[in-house]
Amino acid sequence: MNLPLNIDIRQILLHMLNFVILFGGLYFILYNPVKKFMAKREEKYKTDSENAEKILSEAAFAKEEYEKKLSDADKEIAEKKAAAGKELDEYADRLRKSAQEEASAIVLAAKQQAEAERKEILDSAKKDICDIAAEAAEKIVYKDSKEAYDGFLDGIDGYDGQNN
Amino acid sequence: MTKKQFRIRFIVFLSVIALLLAGIILAGDTGGEGETVKEVMRDAVLHDSVKVDFFGLRVNPGLISAYTVTGILLVAAVILRIFAVPRFREIPGKLQSVLEMAVGLFDGMAKEKSPHRNRFLSAYIFTAGAYIFVGTLFELLGFQVVSASGLSVSMPAPLADINGAISLGVMSYSVILMGGLIAAGPKGFFTALKDFSLPVSMSFRLFGALLSGALVTELVYYYFALSFVLPVIVGVLFTLIHAVIQAYVLTMLTAQFYGESTEKKPKKAKSKG
Repeated sequence: MNLPLNIDIRQILLHMLNFVILFGGLYFILYNPVKKFMAKREEKYKTDSENAEKILSEAAFAKEEYEKKLSDADKEIAEKKAAAGKELDEYADRLRKSAQEEASAIVLAAKQQAEAERKEILDSAKKDICDIAAEAAEKIVYKDSKEAYDGFLDGIDGYDGQNN
Repeated sequence: MTKKQFRIRFIVFLSVIALLLAGIILAGDTGGEGETVKEVMRDAVLHDSVKVDFFGLRVNPGLISAYTVTGILLVAAVILRIFAVPRFREIPGKLQSVLEMAVGLFDGMAKEKSPHRNRFLSAYIFTAGAYIFVGTLFELLGFQVVSASGLSVSMPAPLADINGAISLGVMSYSVILMGGLIAAGPKGFFTALKDFSLPVSMSFRLFGALLSGALVTELVYYYFALSFVLPVIVGVLFTLIHAVIQAYVLTMLTAQFYGESTEKKPKKAKSKG
């Protein structure tokens, strides 16, 4: 059959055969291996990306946990600080009270000692005066008046020296 | 202006004058060498006078070109498969980038135009794109073939032969029809069948584009005087440009129509009452 424009069915089929051979050859030899390689690499990048995202989310979670722990620790520190302050105050109060008590006891003991000493001194002075008076009276009675007088004066001097 | 610049400009000026004079002198010869323009044009379009022997069959030189292009592409593919593909790295080199770009370009086009079913389509348009591009550039090589009558004939682009263009148009349409039938059932098949003018338009678009380039080149070469500087522009640049454009147009149209025929349309909800 003569078709216009020199169209030839057999040649069209031969062109088709040629194209099918080319399609099969290029597909199996070049296109498929290159595409497989690209797909494999894409898959690897996808996996890497997913892993990176996972690691990032884990890191974000860990950071959140850490911040929470840090905040809890701050709170705990503040609480412990407050408790320690309170304990310190109590201890200081106790110390102060004990010191006051001790000081009161010392003062009381000192007063008591001073009183005892004063009493002792007074008693001693009374005794000395009595002794002197007794000695003077003895001398008046038993010796002449001049000697008695000297003796009385010596007695008084001795008493002054004791007091000073 | 320095003396050196002046000298260069003067030499360029003299060269232009010399070229023009050479053109004027050579233009006296009308060329043709026995064949009229009409005969050359008719032969370029119809290929009815020059036939080549192909395993006992008398065929157009375009068919020989087609098998030669296929041979070149397959040999190149085998070489790349053996020497380049096993050395592919995660960070690609120049050759790997070019190959990945070619595969990625057609794969991306297939996925974009036909999101539903595109694995076969991407391989098909990759082959078609490579065939049209290399086939169009093939005419620049100027390989010679001996015709049945014993004349030496320059091998044309495979798609400058109308039979080659028709075969590619028909095959693209068949791919669209089959894709529609497999992916979307009879609805998809009939969607593609409605565009029955598609194979004709695809075939003749290819043929027309390739033929126009061939005709312009034939015309330029017909006149001896025009065969000096002009072929660099019309022969090489135009061929390069329409190789890229035709490869893009056919693959893009095939992907577009394939995408339309394979698209699954949602069933309309039956209105009650």
